[in-house]
Amino acid sequence: MMRDKICFFLITLTLVLAPFFGGASEVNEHGADSVSLRDEIKQDILHHLQDAHDFHLFTDEETGTHVSMPLPIILLDDGLQVFMSSAFHHGESVAESNGNFYFLHHNHIYKTDAEGTLNYDDNHHITNASPLDFSITKSVFSVIVFSLILFLLFKALGDSYKNGLVARGIGKFLEPLVIFVRDEIAVPNIGKKHYRKYMSYLLTVFVFIWFINLAGLTPLGINVTGNIAVTFALAIMTFLITQLTAKGYYWKHIFWMPGVPVPMKIILAPIELLGVFIKPFALMIRLYANISAGHIVLMSLIGLLFIFNNWFARGAFLGLTLFLSIIELLVAFLQAYIFTMLTALYFGFAVEEHDEHH
Amino acid sequence: MEKLISEFSVGLFFWQTLLFLTLLFLLRKYAWKPTLDAVNERERSIEEALEQAEQARNELKNLKESNNALLNEAREERDVLMKEARTMKNEIINEAKNKAKEDAEKIITSAREEIKNEKNKAIEELKNQVADFSFEIAEKVIAQKLNDADKQNEMVTSALNEINFN
Repeated sequence: MMRDKICFFLITLTLVLAPFFGGASEVNEHGADSVSLRDEIKQDILHHLQDAHDFHLFTDEETGTHVSMPLPIILLDDGLQVFMSSAFHHGESVAESNGNFYFLHHNHIYKTDAEGTLNYDDNHHITNASPLDFSITKSVFSVIVFSLILFLLFKALGDSYKNGLVARGIGKFLEPLVIFVRDEIAVPNIGKKHYRKYMSYLLTVFVFIWFINLAGLTPLGINVTGNIAVTFALAIMTFLITQLTAKGYYWKHIFWMPGVPVPMKIILAPIELLGVFIKPFALMIRLYANISAGHIVLMSLIGLLFIFNNWFARGAFLGLTLFLSIIELLVAFLQAYIFTMLTALYFGFAVEEHDEHH
Repeated sequence: MEKLISEFSVGLFFWQTLLFLTLLFLLRKYAWKPTLDAVNERERSIEEALEQAEQARNELKNLKESNNALLNEAREERDVLMKEARTMKNEIINEAKNKAKEDAEKIITSAREEIKNEKNKAIEELKNQVADFSFEIAEKVIAQKLNDADKQNEMVTSALNEINFN
């Protein structure tokens, strides 16, 4: 019991302190005046929120060297173009692959000539063609790594039942998560009759979002669930599963609402139909906005630590950062819970039967 | 909104979908299925064990009740038997007493009758003897009558003395 408490404390401490070091490594070594520092912090935050083509760890400002892990670039342009992101030299040089030239500008790859010329239109938008980018970006890499971790962790849970019905080892810690999703999310929202077929999806969504949210609070500075493409991918799966498993009553409820007069039925049908799309859209935006906002607030507060030259203000912001880090730990769980809960609720609507209604 | 759409990365969407589905199918096979099966099986077995315990408790209770009922029944039966035995005993005693009384009375009656008969017989005998003695005396008196008056008296007296009324 005591050992568990110490472990929990250490994990919490690591996670709480993580954003500091993570943030600090990105905004450190700035001695310039506060206006340019402010701009730099702003750039850092914007940069952090975006996906990247290499796994950037930190930059030594004095020597101008970036310490990062290169990742594979995969472009669909005249066939498949595969090379390592180190060829871009952090956006400083043109990469060449099979006679095609590419230039990396603000985390976006453009097709250029050998000199890397970028053409701008009147609105200062780049007019160069950009190839279809299927690169293993920082987010994709993080998803691979954390999927692997999740797989190994929960496979250990599954394997621990081979010698009986009681979980052993790490399974003792992970089993309550499964039971939580089943008893607090799936069964109350879907019902005892239908919940089983949705359990795999609900469990996977829950642990994936939670772990990847927590990963965002580590010093690695990754931001996966703050990417609209990721939350879109998750929301569209919820949307598709809901529509594909929906029973007759679900469609009847949308197009010919029972229990209301005929004119109301006609008015409600387009509204309900719109709701079908709004629900997953809200799921997508909610997760994206919450995680992005959390990252922006935490990084801004860490940035403020460097802007203020006053020890009192720095102490206050340190305390505030610590407090918000704990809040973000809660948000990481809460957003995973809400996403899974609402998903289960929509599944519940899909399999609802007439006698259960109202 | 425009920014969100311009930020949208098809590549990231593709990889996220692919990786997530892979993770979903792998976890379903290696983690969720064995875990949920084991947890459900465990809960079922716990429920069953509890039900069995409850059943056993009820059975024990029933057994105790039936034991008590049996005991009470046996006790009642014993009481009834005892009561019956007691009545029977009294009846037998009374009967025996009555019979003894009757027998005694019968014996007494027959004894009385016998005594009466014996007495009558004795009286008869006595009568006969007295008659015999009377004849004897009368004979002797008649024999000596002619001789002497005195002697007649003497003879009657001696004859009377000779008669023994035994």
